[in-house]
Amino acid sequence: MKRRLRELQPFDKEAEERAIELGHGLHPDDKYLKPGRIPHIWCPGCGLGVVLTCFIGALRQKQFGVDECAVVSGIGCTGRVAGYLDMDTYHTTHGRAIPFATGLALAKPDTHVAVFSGDGDLFAIGGNHLIHAARRNVNLKVICVNNFNFGMTGGQAGPTTPLDAKTSTTPLGNAEPGFNLPYLAHASGAIYVARWTTFHPRQLVHSIGESFDRTGFTFIEVIAPCPTGYGRPNKLGSGLEEMRYYRDMSEIRYGADPADAEIKLRGKILVGTFEAADRPDFMETYRTQVIARAQAGGKGKGRAA
Amino acid sequence: MKFWRLPLDSEVHSIPVGRVQIIENRCKGCGFCIEFCPNACLKESKRFNAKGYHPPELIFQAEDCVNCGLCSLICPEFAIFTELQEAKKITEDDIRKVTTRYSRKDKRFAKR
Ligand code: SF4
Ligand code: SF4
Ligand code: SF4
Repeated sequence: MKRRLRELQPFDKEAEERAIELGHGLHPDDKYLKPGRIPHIWCPGCGLGVVLTCFIGALRQKQFGVDECAVVSGIGCTGRVAGYLDMDTYHTTHGRAIPFATGLALAKPDTHVAVFSGDGDLFAIGGNHLIHAARRNVNLKVICVNNFNFGMTGGQAGPTTPLDAKTSTTPLGNAEPGFNLPYLAHASGAIYVARWTTFHPRQLVHSIGESFDRTGFTFIEVIAPCPTGYGRPNKLGSGLEEMRYYRDMSEIRYGADPADAEIKLRGKILVGTFEAADRPDFMETYRTQVIARAQAGGKGKGRAA
Repeated sequence: MKFWRLPLDSEVHSIPVGRVQIIENRCKGCGFCIEFCPNACLKESKRFNAKGYHPPELIFQAEDCVNCGLCSLICPEFAIFTELQEAKKITEDDIRKVTTRYSRKDKRFAKR
């Protein structure tokens, strides 16, 4: 497959020197990253960089060129991904990554549209968009990085914060249970549901690759450490200690019932591919139902106006 | 455990040898690569980088790295990667090393 990756072309000498000083181009993944944007802003020990590396790993594995894939992200720490990847990326308004991506996926059905966003963006303000995109089975590859809080704005409690967890807005412990994301995605109609942690980078690369092979709404939840917003108030320690916790407490169970995948504070984390079904996606249904009937001159033609 | 001879198919297999490359000034010292390298090739250095973190460095002889690529996949900062240096023939020495490495006698793995 032909691959088009942009060479590093700085605007001016100064920018070139700065990019070289920052070491751009030294790492093999740098050709997928915008020159001069690395180092990224994520905290030391944050898991978002691992998820980005795994996403690039999946692009590399599938040999996708920059024109075959587009990334849409919302607001939040995870939303920064759109600014770092050197391809067609959209950094949309808060919670609206899925509506933008739906438009893109319908207008350009040959492009692999990935939605890369956080739990706060996809499930708090954008929750409705997600469940309806899953119901319609729009061809989107959703990667949701779950760090159990709103990290960028100062560690407030979000829809995934587990019961009893402390955050900056729940200093005495959260009184609400958090969402079980794979269960929600499964119930809404996603055709592929998986969950991994940043301790499982190989499986994550494989899972993202698998989701690219499928046509329809796929959902991958990645549990990532957030030592700054979630780890510190809950005394989970540094990013490394959270990674050790994932190593000790995650249980790989393929095909498990997503209803069992609830996460409790310091509890067990069920990971694996929970669901891999096949269902005609929105484009296909639209083509076979609406367009075919309209072309056959059937009922409804010209009556709408 | 001791092998009394080389495995019969040792001719057709080889051991990849990786060369670890660290872009020190990108490292934020999270320690993921150091902790999770399956061959425990890395350790935290005493040096500081430009950001004031301790980047990783190689511990033992460079041939311990088998170019598995986990460090580059798990590094959040795009600061470490490996290149295949050679695919080396399996010798008796390697067999001895492998059989002792994964035993509890190896000090490097005692802490885990
Ligand atoms: S606040 Fe949390 S999620 Fe955001 S960059 Fe820092 S560690 Fe990562
Ligand atoms: S490539 Fe594998 S063996 Fe080599 S340093 Fe990295 S993690 Fe360790
Ligand atoms: S994983 Fe990357 S950022 Fe973390 S210590 Fe290793 S080289 Fe540094």
